[in-house]
Amino acid sequence: MLTAEVKPASTGTKKTLKVKRYKPSEDPKNTYLTDEKGLWAWMTTVDHKKIGLMYLGSVTFFFLVGGILALLLRTELLTPAKTFIEADTYNQFFTLHGAIMVFFVLIPSIPAALGNFVLPMQLGAKDVAFPRLNLASFYIYVIGAIFTFIALANNGLDTGWTFYTPYSTQSSSSVIWVTIGVFILGFSSILTGTNFIATIHKLRAPGITWGKLPLNLWALYATSIIQVLATPVLAITVLLLTMERALGIGIFDPALGGDPVLFQHFFWFYSHPAVYIMAVPAFGIISEVITTFSKKHIFGYWAIALSSLAIAFIGFLVWGHHMFTSGQSAVATTVFSFLTFLVGIPTGIKVLNWVATLYKGSIEMKTPMIYVFSFLFIFSIGGFTGIMLGTLSADIHLHDTYYVVAHFHYVMMGGTLISFLAGLHYWWPKMTGKMYNEFQAKVGAALIFIGFNTTFLPQFIMGSQGMPRRYYNYIDQFTIFHQTSTIGSYILGVGFLLIAYYLAKSLKSGEKAGSNPWGSRGLEWQTTSPPDFHNFDHTPVVINGPYDYHRPMEEFQLGLANEDKDH
Amino acid sequence: MGSLFDFMLPELESPLTGASTDAVMAFIHIVSFIILAGVTIALIYFAIKYKRKSEDDETPLITHNNKLEITWSVIPLLLVFIVFGWGYKGWLNLQTPPDNAYEIHVSAYKWGWTFSYENGAQIGNEVHVPAGRPVKLVMQSQDVLHSFFVPDYRIKQDVLPNRYTTVWFQAEEEGESQVFCTEYCGTSHSDMLATVVAHTQEDFEAWLDEQNTGGGGTPVERGESLVSIQGCVTCHSVDGSQKIGPSFQGLFGREETMTNGTTLTADENYIRESILNPSAKIVEGYQNQMVSYEGRLSDDDISDIIEYIKTLED
Repeated sequence: MLTAEVKPASTGTKKTLKVKRYKPSEDPKNTYLTDEKGLWAWMTTVDHKKIGLMYLGSVTFFFLVGGILALLLRTELLTPAKTFIEADTYNQFFTLHGAIMVFFVLIPSIPAALGNFVLPMQLGAKDVAFPRLNLASFYIYVIGAIFTFIALANNGLDTGWTFYTPYSTQSSSSVIWVTIGVFILGFSSILTGTNFIATIHKLRAPGITWGKLPLNLWALYATSIIQVLATPVLAITVLLLTMERALGIGIFDPALGGDPVLFQHFFWFYSHPAVYIMAVPAFGIISEVITTFSKKHIFGYWAIALSSLAIAFIGFLVWGHHMFTSGQSAVATTVFSFLTFLVGIPTGIKVLNWVATLYKGSIEMKTPMIYVFSFLFIFSIGGFTGIMLGTLSADIHLHDTYYVVAHFHYVMMGGTLISFLAGLHYWWPKMTGKMYNEFQAKVGAALIFIGFNTTFLPQFIMGSQGMPRRYYNYIDQFTIFHQTSTIGSYILGVGFLLIAYYLAKSLKSGEKAGSNPWGSRGLEWQTTSPPDFHNFDHTPVVINGPYDYHRPMEEFQLGLANEDKDH
Repeated sequence: MGSLFDFMLPELESPLTGASTDAVMAFIHIVSFIILAGVTIALIYFAIKYKRKSEDDETPLITHNNKLEITWSVIPLLLVFIVFGWGYKGWLNLQTPPDNAYEIHVSAYKWGWTFSYENGAQIGNEVHVPAGRPVKLVMQSQDVLHSFFVPDYRIKQDVLPNRYTTVWFQAEEEGESQVFCTEYCGTSHSDMLATVVAHTQEDFEAWLDEQNTGGGGTPVERGESLVSIQGCVTCHSVDGSQKIGPSFQGLFGREETMTNGTTLTADENYIRESILNPSAKIVEGYQNQMVSYEGRLSDDDISDIIEYIKTLED
């Protein structure tokens, strides 16, 4: 029997607790997957792990839809003018590709799917603070999705995912259905954020001080703050747009006495912070994976933790950099450019801290780590081109060209989606208890890296040469870049199919993962795989930080010794 | 290195607007490339050098290093300050057309461009300009947002339905440059193209003379008749004499003090606002008496009146 001096989150005062080692079973009998079975049990579950998996399923479905749209768009762009679809269809496809990928894939991908699964486990909690609210968030997401799909069946949407007025006021497509869908969806995001903030504040296991909080949770915490503060503005904006269209109240349309630039301010006031809703959770995953696979303490814990918060706050003050050519005031343009550079600094700091973490580590290039390396390369390019676009004179030339398209794919796909894949491969054994085929997974990661760069590097060049975005037709000089890009997108498609194949196969015939296949010090790995319904069969007690790889494993598998007092 | 940038950017035809842009872009590309190469080499080197030898590998405890953190915060901060200042300077130049700029009016619509000249000539999807002289475009849209983009000049400006925006350039050589619409505007957005044709001054004048000025005279003539027909001259004199409202004479470019104490220079947007929403800004010493001409004057009418007012110098 050991004792540990810890500060429980509930009281905040120091206490001495009796602890003992609980070595997790390598072959668990009862898991959350065997606990409640059947469709109804899943649909009404309040278990954060099952809700996380339901989000994972939905996100995968929407990614498939958005991805197929992307491949159709790229195929159309193989030749100038018509290849196989009409201009109006093309316009609808790029609108839906953007809207689905942003609202239904990227925003919920890490926080709602992976975050839901690991957040309570990393805290040593049984569930999130408000489990029923968590389930409600999922259904709100589904209802939002249904509204959007009604629009698809009913005239589609052709405004671009940005809904710029007055085009969106005048368009004959189903703008109202989609804006209502986005309005509803926003509540899902707000409620998940609220839930996470409450959980991180109140449900930390004894011993998890703010300084021992895994960086993934700092990232999710910063993300939740943005979700709670920024999403209501999107709700207001789409509501005003709906009022303008449905009731003819003039807000944005000059024909009704409104101002179209006002819409852009409202829209980007949410949608720029939304970029950080997508990117900041990615930073969390990178910190977890890079320490596990280099068996090393994170370099600059506080620099990484606090830079997430800095990004969250400064991220609220840079929306106007989407509007340098819009006709907004000159003073606003200058200030927004300046602040944009400031938000680049904490992001750069993170990248350098991650690289420094590798120094003198014990590096194992497993699949999640390969994705982290891809991330660091691709995301750096995304960051540098962001600096380019923040530069006033350069942005005048590059705004609304393929350079911007390439930039945000390097950030959103190269940043968020690749780290999502890192996280998925990292936590897959924990979620399912099964290992995937490592060789196939490495081939998949290589295909994604090669396909991604083949698709988007040429877009920087053609954008810089003047190829505007959202163009169905293009002038001949851009043909070679478009064709290279299209070939890259097919490679990406094959990569994703391979990933889907071996992950699905692992469920049936994958090897048993064991509780901690990567030898991680993270709390979520100190229980069975898959975990049981309450995550741990004891109340975990934490005395070491999540990255203390210099301490022996015995010190990470501790729980309250007196079993009879609830766990 | 030079050939790499030639590959990245189209040939620069308007150095007065684009040279600074090209320079700052080259600077960012070079610095980014160096840092990216450093990060990539470090990643590969560490992955090889510190490859895991056994499951029992021990790693040293290195938690942080404040000197290093400060170094890699301050150096990038200085770099981005340089880039900010450089970009700001170039952009300020883009916002400030030279006084002697030759002015052409641009009207954008779904899906094309109309260019109007001082002598009343109008031409679609092709704008002829004198080379070696700054040209200023005063632009407005008839419907949704559009954006005027000439890659060869490194200029771009959104075109709005409810206000004027301007952009300027100076083509140094004779030749043609591509214009794109870069604000998504519907079905034929990608076909909303135009060409800038730069001529020598003589050729340009010859071209302009050949153009049919159409019916109704020049914009200035149309504006003159409008202020009379619409009754503007009842309250606003054209010879500087005092009436119910401020005189039109010398109005354009005049510094006016408003009743709320602010001052402004009367420009196109101020005059447009005063016609459509007269109570928004009242010149000191005058009463808020005018009614809105919204619905009574078209956008083209207002443009013509402004052109006429511009001719009424002190």
